[in-house]
Amino acid sequence: MSDAQRRIDDGAPGEQPSTGGADGSDSDSDSGNDEFEPVQVFPEAEEMDLRPGADNCYKCSTCDTNCPVAEVDDEFPGPKFQGPEQWRLKRQDDHDIDDSVMKCSNCMRCDSACPSSVPLSQMHNTARAEYVEENMSKFSREYLRNRLLANYRRLAPLASMFPRTANVVMGLSVTKWLGEKTLGITSEREFPEFATETFREWWTDRGGAKVENEDKRIAYFHGCYSNYNTSEVAKALVRVYEHFGYEVMVPEQSCSGTPMFANGMLEDARRAAETNVRELAAAIEDGAAVIASCSSCSMSIRQEYPELFDFEDTETVAANTWDAVEYLRVHEDLTGALEDTAVGDEFDELAYHAPCHSRNQGLDGQTIEVMDAIDGIDAQDVGDSCSGISGTYGWKAENYETSMKIGEEMFEHMDAAEAETGLTECPTCSMQMEHGTGYEIKHTLEVLEAALGGDRAESGAGSGSNADAGTTTATESN
Amino acid sequence: MAITDDVLVIGGGLAGATAALAAAETTEDARIRLVTYKQSTLRHASGLIDVLGYAPGTTDDQQQPIADPYTALESLPESHPYQRVGIDAVRDALAFFDEIAGDAYAGAHTDRNALVPTHGGTVKPTARYPVSTAEGLASDDRDTLLVGFETLPDFDAPLAAAHLEAAGAPFDARGVTLSFPGIGRDDAKVTRYAHLLDHDERVETPSVTGETGAREALAATVNPHLDEESRVGFPAILGDAHPAAVREALSDALGAAVFEVPMGPPSLPGLRLEDLLYDALESAGVRVTSGVPVVDYETVAADSTGENSTADETTTAAIDHVIVDRNGAQIPHEADQYVLATGGLVGKGVESNRERVTEGIFDCYVPHATDRYDWFVDDVFGEQPYARFGVVPDEELRPLGTDDNPEFSNLRAAGAVLGDYDYAAEKSGAGVSLATGYVAGTRAGEACQ
Repeated sequence: MSDAQRRIDDGAPGEQPSTGGADGSDSDSDSGNDEFEPVQVFPEAEEMDLRPGADNCYKCSTCDTNCPVAEVDDEFPGPKFQGPEQWRLKRQDDHDIDDSVMKCSNCMRCDSACPSSVPLSQMHNTARAEYVEENMSKFSREYLRNRLLANYRRLAPLASMFPRTANVVMGLSVTKWLGEKTLGITSEREFPEFATETFREWWTDRGGAKVENEDKRIAYFHGCYSNYNTSEVAKALVRVYEHFGYEVMVPEQSCSGTPMFANGMLEDARRAAETNVRELAAAIEDGAAVIASCSSCSMSIRQEYPELFDFEDTETVAANTWDAVEYLRVHEDLTGALEDTAVGDEFDELAYHAPCHSRNQGLDGQTIEVMDAIDGIDAQDVGDSCSGISGTYGWKAENYETSMKIGEEMFEHMDAAEAETGLTECPTCSMQMEHGTGYEIKHTLEVLEAALGGDRAESGAGSGSNADAGTTTATESN
Repeated sequence: MAITDDVLVIGGGLAGATAALAAAETTEDARIRLVTYKQSTLRHASGLIDVLGYAPGTTDDQQQPIADPYTALESLPESHPYQRVGIDAVRDALAFFDEIAGDAYAGAHTDRNALVPTHGGTVKPTARYPVSTAEGLASDDRDTLLVGFETLPDFDAPLAAAHLEAAGAPFDARGVTLSFPGIGRDDAKVTRYAHLLDHDERVETPSVTGETGAREALAATVNPHLDEESRVGFPAILGDAHPAAVREALSDALGAAVFEVPMGPPSLPGLRLEDLLYDALESAGVRVTSGVPVVDYETVAADSTGENSTADETTTAAIDHVIVDRNGAQIPHEADQYVLATGGLVGKGVESNRERVTEGIFDCYVPHATDRYDWFVDDVFGEQPYARFGVVPDEELRPLGTDDNPEFSNLRAAGAVLGDYDYAAEKSGAGVSLATGYVAGTRAGEACQ
């Protein structure tokens, strides 16, 4: 609003600077002997140019102190090198991207660390994509493995057709041994189980939305994991939102792109993002807000899409995408609704880990605040360390040890906490938490569902009473 | 629904954290929230808590450090933030800090400044200092060995030792540069050194056969170089989570006192101070939201009869809520009282363009010359007007407008966003942040009771 917020020298390259200040309105009153006539020194960028970001770096190295990989791995040169320094090196002598960029776990902690708003993770994403494109053999085991991990969604539907068989096969030690020997996927981890019924199958069987409300609508971006693996999280979201009278839409969608960014598969990510932006923009047009239950999915749509792609409506979709709990806090009286509610023994004591991608959205304190409103829950934050798995990163044999070293602090804090149930919003953090401690891990939405009395008895298609309850709430709250 | 609290502190540095803690202490039941755009800039800070190191206005090279800062406070100009809050408030704020810091800090036993050697070999007059630096004070006459590392060029131990001696330190100082066991690369992060020592990781070392713990390996590397010195100073990388245990192990193995020399950014003593304050915030029940900027605000409508309206101050508007931006989504945050602690020109709470100098969120009045060539003087180390840019507060620390009336009835300012002092020249940054943060937080807490 005020002039105070306009930053004159923050313009992106290619932005045509106007004469006399950013808005030109108050410059005419100037004495005139001090006319500001900026000259465009650098040629206008034809493609994405990260120069302004690199120039903002004053090398304070705060990002380096936040990097969980640099803290445990002497070989990793840290985010400042991967971003601004590599950028300058390349411009000077046309160096190849350094292969250490593949050691970055894409936790994106450096972004909120930077006091100068250098878009570090954006620089890392583009550097990684260039490295994979220019320097990695498309026939190498590493490339094939990374492509496979990045495109987990392509394989998941096959496994989901025969979930029980897939779960048995994936759990066999011979499969794990093969995975490690042929693909470099660590044999230390248990593959995630596939749900016997995907969320989308459940949604179709159920007959879709139970509440219709053209004033309160959300488009649910469930992502891959809560569709194929933890469908109970997706179902919890539907029940919680229907409790508040929302009409839930489940648009067509592809992978959010997070694992693709992390593996430098930018073209795969672009294709996925194009579908998502198109479908989600259409839902927004229909009056819906986009809601995600996975912190990496919301991070990707809100930050990485506008940083990396320029499809029509990318910005609109980013600005209208919300974390599932945050949206309820801002648009409903969530604390009020949770007052005097209680949950079963299973949720009495919780050890909460804030995923890096929640932290980067300023949401790391939210879960504990919301849990505090529910009677009988003692949720304890287990500290600000990274879990160490960072999506597909900790699945790679060569990263396994680093991943577990990073996670050590979180494991220790979880062990020290009273709880034996873990709580988080990120699917891969939850894998790491379970792997390191043996605790059962829940999603915040599952706790909310239990507190708000979401009808857990609902099974299969159409239980009429639930629909009525939802509609009543909708009417009351309008 | 806005996210609603009683007191909202904007800014996560020393001033903001102190304000939030003071507000929490003032009011038992109030809900306090701290919003910070970026991570706390305390990681840039040395971790030293200065009150007043040099008298303002003396740019002479030969000027002496102030021995007793409290006596010197009385002669500061009326407009100085210390004078605005009063000297008793400065003492109260330091006592408040001592309580929070517990045994992590030393210096509370005296009013006088301590002289702490820094990584350039200069000494800094400071009121409180991390216990890790306590054995290194320049007023202590024990002979000193400073140890630097080849892979850590920010600390040149022989140079720092020579500088200390040249400055007239009452002891012999000697510096050696060694190789840090377990660190191979030239630009390993300071957190990497700290992590090795915290976890006592197994490392290869040439001076001992095979692998040993990092603490033992480091002591074994230093031992042959230790002559008659009874204390050894290291750059401030001696642990992050367990610094006391690291110092004790080294001290036992070396048979000498061990201390840290504060370094430039990124600084582990600064990181530890940040941890200390944020742990205190958590214990006090303060909610922290980080990674998102406050971008705008709305005032209570003039004709409002809501509880926020201020009937007795008809000319002064009240802030109804502020807007936090989250990747384009606008999140309203509402509170009864607000504290602005966004920092100065470095912290970006005060900004400038070619036309004017502004406070970025509420556009509070920041006095400055119309001609921007008057914002600075040619002598780099001279008295720079820009160093004093900031908002002008009343005694309650409410920013004043051009008409000398408070800009908003429920907004107070603390720390470097305040004008009329030059913390870099005076060495008063931490003290002003503590004193004004303490007062702004206390007043905000009282006002919402």
